[in-house]
Amino acid sequence: MGLKRDVSLSTGLRYRGPAGYLTFILHRIGGVGMGIFIAMHILASFVGGRFGGAINGIYENWAFQIFIFFCVLFHAINGLRITILDLFPKLLDYLPEAIWIEWAVFIPLFGLSVFVILKTALGG
Amino acid sequence: MTKKSRTLSLKQRGLMNFEAIMWLFTRLSALGMYALILFALTGALVMGARNNMNFADVMRWAFMPNVSHVQSTDLASTDTWATPLWKLTASALLLLATAHGVHGLVVVADDYITGERGRRYVRLLSILLMTAMSLIGLWLIWTS
Repeated sequence: MGLKRDVSLSTGLRYRGPAGYLTFILHRIGGVGMGIFIAMHILASFVGGRFGGAINGIYENWAFQIFIFFCVLFHAINGLRITILDLFPKLLDYLPEAIWIEWAVFIPLFGLSVFVILKTALGG
Repeated sequence: MTKKSRTLSLKQRGLMNFEAIMWLFTRLSALGMYALILFALTGALVMGARNNMNFADVMRWAFMPNVSHVQSTDLASTDTWATPLWKLTASALLLLATAHGVHGLVVVADDYITGERGRRYVRLLSILLMTAMSLIGLWLIWTS
């Protein structure tokens, strides 16, 4: 027998918990996004030919690059925060501060990366 | 008085079962991947990425240092990018990332698939996925 859930999926998605909630859901979206991307990329490279080329062509598009870089960079920075706090559990008392530091690292790095990707893609 | 569980040290919390070992593995493999990615990134800059590649190419190399990821750049020769050192780095990164990622997908699936049978299928599928991705990935790294 499975667990019983008391809330619907739509209620669950609208839930706004404390600071950790947004990072939790973004970590999950980033992780699943990377899982799908890497699995398809490995299979496409393995199959090769016109089909593999078409799939891998998507990955060279700048819009896709920005999306996947968001997944990778957020997952990496948030993952480092989780790792540090979990391996040194005394630091968990400073969770909100850690999440603020995390955004202060992520936003400039990602913003700069998007700027550079767009400049290369659109400026030639 | 019992201590709050979150302030217990790793030793006091114990690592008895598979889930607990994988919990630790997820965090340690994250640190391992950080090391390998920074190594690949540094290597790319040492081998002349600054003048011959754009940002996306360097990132593609850093996250998977496989020579096919730098074939569409302005590099005169990719020989130094296809040495056994880079193939070993790429293999280590692939195996760590696959184990970390597939276990992560199982954790996510467990939040939505709560029946005993369903969870057993998830585990079976995850083992198949992990084996397939590791083998195909290694084949791609060592033949490209």
